[in-house]
Order: sequence, then C-alpha cells, then structure tokens
Amino acid sequence: MNYEAMAHFAQTWGMIYFMLIFAGAVTYIFWPSNRKKFEDAANSPFNEELD
Amino acid sequence: MEKSMPRKGMGLDVLTLAVVLIVLSVLGLLWSAGTQDPLLQVHTWIMTGAFVLGLVALAMKGFAGLDNDQSRYNEGIIKAGVIATLFWGIVGFLVGVIIAFQLAFPALNIEGIGWLNFGRLRPIHTSAVIFAFGGNALMVTSFYVVQRTNRARLAGGIWPWFVFWGYQLFILLAASGYIMGVTQSKEYAEPEWYVDIWLTVVWVSYLLVFLGTLMKRKQAHIYVANWFYLSFIVTVAMLHIVNNLSMPVTLYGIKSYSAFSGVQDALTQWWYGHNAVGFFLTAGFLGIMYYFVPKRAERPVYSYRLSIIHFWALIFTYIWAGPHHLHYTALPEWTQTLGMVFSVVLWMPSWGGMINGLMTLSGAWDKLRTDPVMRMMVVSVAFYGMSTFEGPVMAIRSVNSLSHYTDWTVGHVHSGTLGWVGFVSFGAIYCLVPWIWKRKRLYSNDMVEWHFWIATIGIVFYITSMWVSGIMQGLMWRAYNSFGFLEYSFVETVEAMHPYYIIRATGGLLFLIGALIMAYNIWRTIRGDVRKVEPLPEAEPLAAAIPAE
Repeated sequence: MNYEAMAHFAQTWGMIYFMLIFAGAVTYIFWPSNRKKFEDAANSPFNEELD
Repeated sequence: MEKSMPRKGMGLDVLTLAVVLIVLSVLGLLWSAGTQDPLLQVHTWIMTGAFVLGLVALAMKGFAGLDNDQSRYNEGIIKAGVIATLFWGIVGFLVGVIIAFQLAFPALNIEGIGWLNFGRLRPIHTSAVIFAFGGNALMVTSFYVVQRTNRARLAGGIWPWFVFWGYQLFILLAASGYIMGVTQSKEYAEPEWYVDIWLTVVWVSYLLVFLGTLMKRKQAHIYVANWFYLSFIVTVAMLHIVNNLSMPVTLYGIKSYSAFSGVQDALTQWWYGHNAVGFFLTAGFLGIMYYFVPKRAERPVYSYRLSIIHFWALIFTYIWAGPHHLHYTALPEWTQTLGMVFSVVLWMPSWGGMINGLMTLSGAWDKLRTDPVMRMMVVSVAFYGMSTFEGPVMAIRSVNSLSHYTDWTVGHVHSGTLGWVGFVSFGAIYCLVPWIWKRKRLYSNDMVEWHFWIATIGIVFYITSMWVSGIMQGLMWRAYNSFGFLEYSFVETVEAMHPYYIIRATGGLLFLIGALIMAYNIWRTIRGDVRKVEPLPEAEPLAAAIPAE
C-alpha cells in the first residue's frame, strides 16, 4: 500500500470507523436502561466493605 | 467475596517470582562478566544486586509466611507507595530547584564535577518528577482505587510487590544512567534499550495485576476511575514500546540506534511525548480526581454520564495531538494541521471533565473553606482547566510561531505539572495516609494550609515569570531593525531573561518548601502524633459543619 492510498483510507473509512465507535459510546451512555447501573456505579466509592 | 485462610509459605505466585529472579540473577552475572563497557558494568552490577536482594527478601518473607488473606485489602503496598511517592517527589523538586538556579547563575555548573551540570541533571529532574513521583503516585492510588471500587484484594499475590520494586529499580537505572551519560537523547524517553526492556517487563506485570483485580469484581460495571487508570496503563505500554524500538550495537554495550530516522523518528517521538502528557499526566491523574474528589467531598461525582463521555472523548482526541510539537518542520503540513485541530478539539473533553470535577462540590462548597485538602484538590482541577485552555491556544500554528522553543512552553508545562499533577497527588496522599494508617486525622491541618499557600504562591511566581520571559524571548527573536537585520543577538535575549530566571527558581524553591512541610506532616501522622495546639475532632466546634449556602 502506497502513501496516497494509506492517507485516503485513513481520511475516509478510518474517520467513519472512529465516528461510528464514538456514536456507539454515546448511545451506550444515554441508553435509558443503563441509568440505574450508572447511579450504582457513581456510589461505589462509598461502599467499600470487603465481603 | 471468596473466603480463604491466610496463606502460609509458598504459592504459585511466589514460586514463579522465585524462578524469574533466579534466572535473572544468573543472566545478570553472565552479562556483567561479558561486558567491557564500564557504564554497562555499573548497571549490570546494580541489576544483579537488585535481583539477588529480591531473592533474599522473597526467601525471608516466604519462610515467615506470606499474607494473602482474600478477606482483607492489600494495604502494605499502599503504605510503601505513599512513602516512595513522597521521597521521589522531594528528590525531583530539589533537582528542579538546583537546575533552575543553574540557569539563573551559570557559575553553578561547576567544571570539576561535570556530571552535576545542567545537561546531566535536567533529565533527572524531568524523569524524577514525571516517572518517579508521578508514576509512584499513580501506581499507589491505582492499587488503592482498584481494590476499593471493585471490592477485591489486589490480584497476583506477591506480584504487586514485584511491580513496585521493579519500578523503583527502573528509576534507579534511569537516574544513574543520566548522571553517567547513558542516554538515547529522546526527551522523556532517555533510558537506553536494556532499561526500556526492564520497564516493559515491569509495566506488563502492572497491567496484569490491574486486570486480574478487575476480573475479581462482583458487580457488572467498572467504576470510571478504573477506566482512566486502565487507559493510562495500556497506552503507556504501547507508547513506550513503539517509541523505544531500537537496535543495540552489541548486547554488551549501552548504545542503540532507533528503528526510525528523520521526520518519522521525530513524529514517533512526539506522538510518544504528547501522549505521555495525555495518558500519563492527564488520564492517570483523572483517575485520582474521579475517586478522591467525590470521596473527600462525600458525594458522588456530579454527572456519571459526563464522566464516561469525558473518558471516550479524551481517548479519541488526545492520541492525535502530538504533531503540534512539530509545527514549521519537515513534517507534512496536513499532519501539522491534524495535530493542531485535535489539540483545539481537546478543549471540550478537558473542560467537560474539569466542570464535572468542580461541580462534584455542588452543595458542599463550604469544604473549600474548612478543609485545606479539599481546597488543594479543587485548585488542582482549576489548574487542569487552565493548562488545558492554554495548551490548545499554543498548539495553533500562528501562536506556536511565537511560543515554540521559548520559556512560555516551560511555564505551560509547569502550570500543568505543579498545579494539576502535583496538587491532585498531594491531595490524594493527604487523604490516603490517615485512611491507611488508621489515624483519626492528619498530624496538623494548619501545616496543610501552609503547604497549600506556599506552594500556590510558588506556582504563581513560576508561571507568571515564564509567561513574561517566554513572550519577551519570542518577540526579541523575531524583531527586525529598519535594515532587515535581526534586532537582538541570542545572548541579549538570555541576558534579558535573567531576572525572570531568578523569580522562577524562587517559585520552585517555595514549591519544594511546601513539599518538605508535607513530608514532615505525613511522617508525624504515620507515627500517630497529633499536634497539641490543634485538638482532635471531638473537641472541635460543630459550627464548622454548617454549609455556606
């Protein structure tokens, strides 16, 4: 693969790939059923008994 | 939690470590016998000595019975890490003050002791503060946080201790190498090939210990601070390995040559260099922020969702910012523009994270007045915001044409390291010591106040003097007279910077004094003392608990 082909791939499919992954992350963050899980997680520093 | 009796004697972890250390000791001996290089001889002796000492310690511990009680957290390693962090912090700050005075007064570079001149000491300062102080702070807090938020004892039995002592050996090899002149001349990656290999071994062990502990967790979701720590560990492993790909001239010599050359080598170095800032000095310390700020404020993080967006946006963006170190060089212009654009985009995750950290105090702002440790951490987050505002500005090509190669860069770096990295680490240690040593309180809260104010004034001296000095320097370099000649010779710019160098060195000295006060306070806290003029909480008036609103 030469330099031009590499640069072209990175600037098109590479960009789309990253944007899709980031969109996936944002979807996960705002998915309604995850709300409870995140609330529990936010409180995990305050529940540290081992057992 | 899996229950098991305190284990006596040898387990698989001890056995594997013993075998590894025996093999390394033999290899070290053969290596030191084979080399003619006097510098490598010193290092092979240090390494072999360390491996043998490790074996002796392991044997003594093994016979005494090793504590691997799964119903308790591993707290011994936290204690060791706190002490190592403080020790290396003071060494690093001290060397920084020395080289700052060497810059202000060149006569301090004494000819007879050339190994103590600025050129040899400068990498000792940078490595000591970033990797020795910062690295130990990250390691100790990550070992604390990963245990507590996943409610599992540190995995790997004896191996966390290998990570701890292996890392100290890396620091010793790096620092002694710089003094002797062993360097591959890559900024923040100066150690030569064999020290790089050793760090890789230690770092992969660190990753395995961290992952092993995460796998022992009971709940489905991993707390966000661990995400930041994990990204720091994984990315630093990747950066370290790629940037240090090199071929030694001989296995019995210190010298190696990089696998890259020319502009590729430069870009690889600054891809490494800037992500050392992004993932070592930022992501790792954000892990500290996301645990210790909520914990100290006694309320959960302002927005957990924002913290996850902060994480992914930071990870996606930081890795591309490196080329802004190579504006106006042989690097293709589109690559420079890419680095510049991503640096500017970084504003968003950085400020999102800063707001998330600061707003965690919402409803508890009175703690800023009553709790100097909380104030220290909040000011550190404010410095994070300030330096991540300044950084993108300086990454813009036209601004960079003024700021690059000047003291402005040095001032920017120190607002991030002294203000953000330093203060958030101090805050975390002030929290950790009473928790781990089971003390009601620190020896003295007044001393934390003194530390806070002396160090803050020191940082202000440092960054304001470097702003003035750096911008002046940049303007003098680009000044032309009416004939089109340069207005100033280089030495005239150096002369003009002299007063600012003195102010900067004074600022650094104040920061060091603050750290010495802290070390005394921590030492007395560990001993279990309480300062007589500051009685214990029982005697304190309840009025302090009334919120400010």
